[in-house]
Amino acid sequence: MKSLEELMAIKAKMQDKIAVRTSTSDIRIVVGMATCGIAAGARPVLNAFVEGINAEKLEDKVTVTQTGCIGICQYEPVVEVYEKDKEKVTYVKMTPERAKEVIEKHIKGGNPVAEYTIGATQIAK
Amino acid sequence: MDELSLYVLDIAMNSVRAGATEILIELDDDGEWITFTVTDNGCGMTDEQLKKLSDPFFTTRKTRKVGLGIPFLKMLAEMTGGNVNIKSVSEKISKNHGTTITARFCKNHIDFIPIGDMTQTVITLIQGSPNINFTFRHVMPDKTVYLSCAELHKILGDISLAEPEILTWIGSYLNEQYSSVK
Repeated sequence: MKSLEELMAIKAKMQDKIAVRTSTSDIRIVVGMATCGIAAGARPVLNAFVEGINAEKLEDKVTVTQTGCIGICQYEPVVEVYEKDKEKVTYVKMTPERAKEVIEKHIKGGNPVAEYTIGATQIAK
Repeated sequence: MDELSLYVLDIAMNSVRAGATEILIELDDDGEWITFTVTDNGCGMTDEQLKKLSDPFFTTRKTRKVGLGIPFLKMLAEMTGGNVNIKSVSEKISKNHGTTITARFCKNHIDFIPIGDMTQTVITLIQGSPNINFTFRHVMPDKTVYLSCAELHKILGDISLAEPEILTWIGSYLNEQYSSVK
């Protein structure tokens, strides 16, 4: 059974780790979590990113945050990737499976997954 | 939205956006009726805003012209024979400002939807706003699931609740409480 005592042990383990962490992340993944995003399935997408970044031990370099509605509700779930000195990449109609692919190819590999970006989706229509 | 936990997430997000520092999320399930309440100390709403709240073409946001959160909740509640009640005190009126929204659903009604993954909803809220003191209480006929972020903050000090290790712990803490029901 999980107990609050267990949390104290986790805290002790984490303190040294956090002390060495650099303050600024190189990459920021932003997931839209307004009504439009939630209704379209943003919650599992967000959690796929959080879990994926953690599983790949990328949490020092990458932060996952939430935002409200950015005004393109028909393309939700929308995910924006901000990287230092690079142009923002906007992914649309995301799924947890696509999130895993973005982590693998874009976040780790450095190559945005063009077919899931808003540019590619608009052209296809 | 096909599960109640997504409505809970959506409605609690309103409190986040209202600048609340304390958000209490309660689900009271007596076996027949579920009463869902969110209480926050956010900026609140004026009487005029309150009146327009269930109008889908009213929203305070500027990125789009419709607001469907409250209309969705109202529709689901009323389809099951329940209702939605909102009380709010604007920060323009009182120092004790904030909003309380209550929705009642008949669990056994054919139009009611599954409760869904409440743990994921709580995790998502904490991940997005680790500094807000969320209190979550889900009362069921045989069991109560409870989490207080204020208690966690007391133990963890300046470690953020959004740290992956902490979120994972919170997830298993809640899931264990849920699974001991069955």
